[in-house]
Amino acid sequence: MIARLIEGVSRRALILIAVFVAALAIAPVFVGDYLLTVLILILYFSYTGQAWNIMMGFSGLLSLGHALYVGLGAYTAAALYVHFGIGPWIGLLAAVPLAMACGAFMAFLAFRFRVAGVYFAILTIAFAEFARIGFDHFGWVGGSGGFFLPVAQYAQNDLWRLRGAPVMFYYVMLAATVLAFLCCRILLKSRMGYFWLAIREDEQAARAAGIDTFRYKMYAVMISAGMTAFAGVFYAFFYNNLFPEQAFNILRSIELILAPMVGGLGTLFGPIIGAFLLEGLAEGLRNLLEYFGIDIPGTKQLFFGAVLLLVVVALPEGVWPWLMRRLGFVERKP
Amino acid sequence: MSALLKVENVSKRFRGLVAVDRVSFEVPEGAIFAVIGPNGAGKTTLFNTIAGELAPDGGSIVFSGERIDGLSPDRVCRRGIGRTFQLVRPFPALSVEDNAIVGALLHRHHVVDARAHAHEVLRRLDLYDKRAQPASALTLPDRKRLEVARALATDPKLLLLDEVMAGLRPTETDRIVSILRELNRETGLTILLIEHVMRAVMALASRILVLHHGAAIAEGAPEAVVREPAVIDSYLGAEAVA
Amino acid sequence: MGGRRVLPKGPSVPVETYLNVATGGILTGLVYGLMALGLSVIFGVVRVVNFAHGEMMTIAMYIAVVLFAAFGLDPLIMLVPIAALMFALGYLLQRGVINSFITRPEYTQFLLLIAVAIIVVNGLLIVFGPDARNVQTSYAFDSFQIGKLIVDANKLYAALAAIVVAGTLLGFFRFTRIGTAIRACADNYTGAQVVGLDVNQLYALTFGLGSACVGAAGSMLVLIIDVTPQVGPVYTLLAFVIVITGGLGSMPGALLGGVLIGLTEALAGLLFSPSAKSMFAFGILVLVLLFRPQGIMGKRGA
Repeated sequence: MIARLIEGVSRRALILIAVFVAALAIAPVFVGDYLLTVLILILYFSYTGQAWNIMMGFSGLLSLGHALYVGLGAYTAAALYVHFGIGPWIGLLAAVPLAMACGAFMAFLAFRFRVAGVYFAILTIAFAEFARIGFDHFGWVGGSGGFFLPVAQYAQNDLWRLRGAPVMFYYVMLAATVLAFLCCRILLKSRMGYFWLAIREDEQAARAAGIDTFRYKMYAVMISAGMTAFAGVFYAFFYNNLFPEQAFNILRSIELILAPMVGGLGTLFGPIIGAFLLEGLAEGLRNLLEYFGIDIPGTKQLFFGAVLLLVVVALPEGVWPWLMRRLGFVERKP
Repeated sequence: MSALLKVENVSKRFRGLVAVDRVSFEVPEGAIFAVIGPNGAGKTTLFNTIAGELAPDGGSIVFSGERIDGLSPDRVCRRGIGRTFQLVRPFPALSVEDNAIVGALLHRHHVVDARAHAHEVLRRLDLYDKRAQPASALTLPDRKRLEVARALATDPKLLLLDEVMAGLRPTETDRIVSILRELNRETGLTILLIEHVMRAVMALASRILVLHHGAAIAEGAPEAVVREPAVIDSYLGAEAVA
Repeated sequence: MGGRRVLPKGPSVPVETYLNVATGGILTGLVYGLMALGLSVIFGVVRVVNFAHGEMMTIAMYIAVVLFAAFGLDPLIMLVPIAALMFALGYLLQRGVINSFITRPEYTQFLLLIAVAIIVVNGLLIVFGPDARNVQTSYAFDSFQIGKLIVDANKLYAALAAIVVAGTLLGFFRFTRIGTAIRACADNYTGAQVVGLDVNQLYALTFGLGSACVGAAGSMLVLIIDVTPQVGPVYTLLAFVIVITGGLGSMPGALLGGVLIGLTEALAGLLFSPSAKSMFAFGILVLVLLFRPQGIMGKRGA
C-alpha cells in the first residue's frame, strides 16, 4: 500500500516532503501565538484548496460557491453542539453527508440539464447565495444575528469538543491537511482519478471511451463537498461564531479558490504552496503597512486580487509547476 | 459469418435536411467494412448514430444481437464499440500511456492491469516508446494512432474509424493500414471505417458501402463497387478530375 | 423560520400598494435592464463573461457621488461624461488585457475578471471606506400622482433615462456601419476577419460600449439606492440573472429580463421580507438555467 503511494516519486522529493511535514509538526514550539494563527489559516486554506481542487483541478468543474459546503458543515456541527451537546466529531458524521447530499442535488440538476462551464459556475454561486439568504432567516441557528458557540476557559485542551488553545487547532488542521493530501494522491492514481482527468480533458471523448461521465462528475462533486464540510466544522469550533452573511459569502468562495489557482490547478502540492505563498505574503504585507501606521481594511483582499491577476496573466499553470521546473522535479502534472 | 452489426433503414434528419436516408447494411464479424462517399454524404452522421452520439429518427441498429440505437455513447462503448473522431481528440495534457490506460480501465478495475494492457496496445500501435510524452506534444500521425490505441484499449469487438488517414503522408498511411490489417487478422477485430483515401480503402476493405446525399447508392466487394457508374459519377470520377 | 413580514396578515392589502410597488419595481427594472444590456452586449459579441460588471458600475456610482458632493452636479446630467469615462476604461481593459485571453480556456477569462472585480471592490473600499453613500437630489423625495398611482420622481427620471440610452444603443447597432460590423463579429468571428474587419478594435469598442452602458446605469441607479463597495458583486450577479433569464445575446431580452427581475424583486420584498427578494432572483436563475438556458428571448442554443 505504501509502495503504491510513493510509486513514481523520487527519493529527493520524498525526503523534502518528510522534512517539510516534520518542520510543520514542530513549528508550534518555535512560533508565537500570532504566527501560529497565521499557520492555522494557511493550513485551513491548504485543506479547502485541496478539496476544491478535486472538482476543478482534477475534473474540470468550476465551483464558485464552495462556501456553501463550509457553511453547511459549520452550521450542522454548531447546531448539534449548541442544541444537543453533540461533539464536533460526531457532528461531522452529520455534516459530511448533508454537504454531500446538497452537492449531489445541485450536481444532479446541473448534469441532467447539461449546465456546463461558466453556467455551472453561476449555478454554484446561486446555490451558495440561496443558502446565505436562507440561513439569514433560519432562526433555529441564529439567523442573521449570528450563531454562537459557548466558549469556556478550559484548563486543558479538549480535543473531543474542540475547545482549547490554538495549538490544538493547529495540529488538527495539520493532520487534516496531510490526510487530505494522501487522499487526493490515492484518488488521483485510482481508476476514478483517471476518469476524472479524462472528463476534464475532453468530456465527449471520455464518453466515447466508455466512461459514464455523469456518474463520475457526481462523485467528484460529492467528495469535494464532503471534504469541505470538515473545514466548516473546524471553522465553527475555531471561531465560535457564525453569520450567514460571512459563512456563505461569495467572497469566501473566491478566497477559497485562490490558493489552488495560484499554487497550481490540478497538482497535488499546488493548493498547499499557494496557501503558504498567499497568506504568508499577505501577512508580511500587513505587518509592513502596520509598521508605517497604515491599517486599512481591504488591503489584504486587494493584494489577493492583484496576485490572482498576476497569476492568471503570467503564470496560468500556477507557481508550483514553475517552481518544480526550477527545482528539477517532475511531479507529473496530470 | 454472422452479422456483428446490422443497420436497418436508419434515417437522421436535421430540421428538414435529411442527412442519412434509410440506410441499411450489415457488417459481418471479422470483416473490414468501408463507407465512402463525397463530403456531406452523411458518413459521419451515420457513424454518430451507431456510436450513440445521435439517436436515429428511424430504423434500427443491432449490435451482437442487441438493439443499440438511442443508447448513450458510453453505453455503446461498453457494449463493445470503440470509435475515433474525425478531428483527432486525444486527452492533451495526459501522457500517451495515460490516454491508453483510460481506455483500458473500462473493463479493468485495477490500474496495474490497465497499465499492462495499455502497454500491449501501445506496442501494437508503435507508440510504446513515446508513452511518457504528453499527447499534445505528438505529431498528427502519432496522435491519430493514439486515438486508435485508446479506442482499442477498451477491448472493442467493433472499431469505428472516422477518416483516420486524413492528413497523413503515404508512408504513414501504409503504416496504419498494416497495423489495422494485422489487428484484423490476428484478433478478428471487426473494423468499420469512413475513408477518403482510396489507397487505404482498397488495401483494407473486404466490403464497401457508398453514400451520396445520405442514401446508399452502392454496396459490395471493392472491385465491383469502384467500377459502378453511379459511384464514379458521384464520387470517384470527381476525385480523379480534381 | 424567522423573518418578519412587511405587511401584517389579515385584511387584504389595498390594490394601490401593489400597483405602486410594482410600478416602482418596473421602473427600477428598466435601469437594471440597461445594466444587463451592457453585459449582454459584451457577452454576445466578445464572448467574455464580465464578472466585473457590477464592480464597474460601482465605479461609475462613486464618480457620480463624488461629483454631486463636490459640485452639486446631478448624476443624470453627468450621465454622458460618466458613460464616456467608463467607455474609455472598458476599451482599455479589453484592448490591453482581456484580448489576449480570447483564445485561452474560458475559465481563465472568468478568473481574470474575478481578479479585476476583487481589485476594484477593495480599491473602492480603501478609498471610500465601507459606509454607504448616496445622492440626494432636489427631487429625491418628489413623486407624481397618476390617478391612484404614486410614482417616485427619481425612479421615473432614471427609468426614462434608461429607455433613452437603451434606445440609442439599439439604434446604434441597427443603423450604423460600426454597429453592423460589431454584429457581424458576433455572428461569425472568422467571417468578419475575412471581410477585413479589425476584430480586435471592434471587440474593444464593444467592451467600451458595454462599460458605457453600465456606467450610465450606475449614474441612474445612484438616485435610487445607496452605494457601498460591496454593492458591486451583488449587481454583477443580478446582471447575470437578468441576462440569462432574458436570453444571452438578445438585447431586448436583457431589458425584458431587467423589468421582470425588478418587478419580482419589488413584489417579493412586499410580500415576504426585503432580503428574500434576491432569493427569488436566484430561484428564477436556477429555473432558467435548468429548463430554458437560452432565456426568454435567446437565439443561440446556449
